[in-house]
Amino acid sequence: MTWTLVLLLSAGAYACKVLGLVVVGSRRLPPPLERCLLLVPAAVITALIVKDTLSTGQELVVDARAAGVGAAAIAAWRRAPLIMVIVLGAAVTALVRRVAAGG
Amino acid sequence: MTTPSAEDSLRPIVVAALTLGVAVAVFGATFGVGAVAAGGSVAQACVMSVLTLTGASQFSAVSVVAAGGSTTAALGGAMLLAARNGVYGLAMSRIITGSLLTRLVAAHLTLDETTAMATKHPDRRQQRAAFWITGATVFGFWNVGTLAGALVGSAIDPADFGLDAAFPAGFVAMVAPHLRTRRGLLAAVLGACICVALIPLTPVGVPILCAAAAVLVGLPLPCPAAETDP
Repeated sequence: MTWTLVLLLSAGAYACKVLGLVVVGSRRLPPPLERCLLLVPAAVITALIVKDTLSTGQELVVDARAAGVGAAAIAAWRRAPLIMVIVLGAAVTALVRRVAAGG
Repeated sequence: MTTPSAEDSLRPIVVAALTLGVAVAVFGATFGVGAVAAGGSVAQACVMSVLTLTGASQFSAVSVVAAGGSTTAALGGAMLLAARNGVYGLAMSRIITGSLLTRLVAAHLTLDETTAMATKHPDRRQQRAAFWITGATVFGFWNVGTLAGALVGSAIDPADFGLDAAFPAGFVAMVAPHLRTRRGLLAAVLGACICVALIPLTPVGVPILCAAAAVLVGLPLPCPAAETDP
């Protein structure tokens, strides 16, 4: 690991954030695009959930995480508090993983 | 925050942020362990966590370095993952307003966690509170976790406790309010489909960026009856 990597990644990551929040974000956009921006969390966070649950690197996998996140989704749909959803998701994943490993 | 009602409305936000903070600290520690194992110094691990503050990008960079990849290769993958924060920034710019300095500080905290926590609230004041409280919590826990991990080394495997599912589980709870409108649900389903389709075909980071195209379902004028909470 080099300092070049540390500093370039930091600068690049911050540039992305500033570009979105400050540079482009401070402009008024046409109403149809404003409506699209409201949907960013729904589309992008859901994609993040899918990636974190169903993939390892570039491979699609269904493992214990799918069971845990599935249980979390049911709890979230029933409007359970965040802490319960997270604990349930982790606990079910750990349990299924342990059972699957034959432990 | 002088009135009891203001405190009451902030309490759930603080509790939620601290809950998330515990998971963030564990992953910060995992990152610290990984960074040192990949040949980084404690200082490099900590500076990267303070300045980059984007877990997925940092993990990606360290794993490429650990596998013997070049700085350019490590940077490429990490930047693809970091780019989504720009998309979050666009969305958050409607919530985070104020002086240039405020927005430049807010930019550093524009992350998966802060975007998800802020946008699940309907009210602008709560959205801002959730953004700043979650941002401060993530910053604190991520960096303390990184330092601890880099100094102490690996004691636990997060997977043994199902902690690798803690983030997707938490995000499910945070995204749920968005799925209660027809259009939000459509954007989410489409984003998920794009992501699944692209995971085997494109480098890590690209599927999530491309999933942002699902927001285009917002282009047509909304039908008012369809947009209300059922």
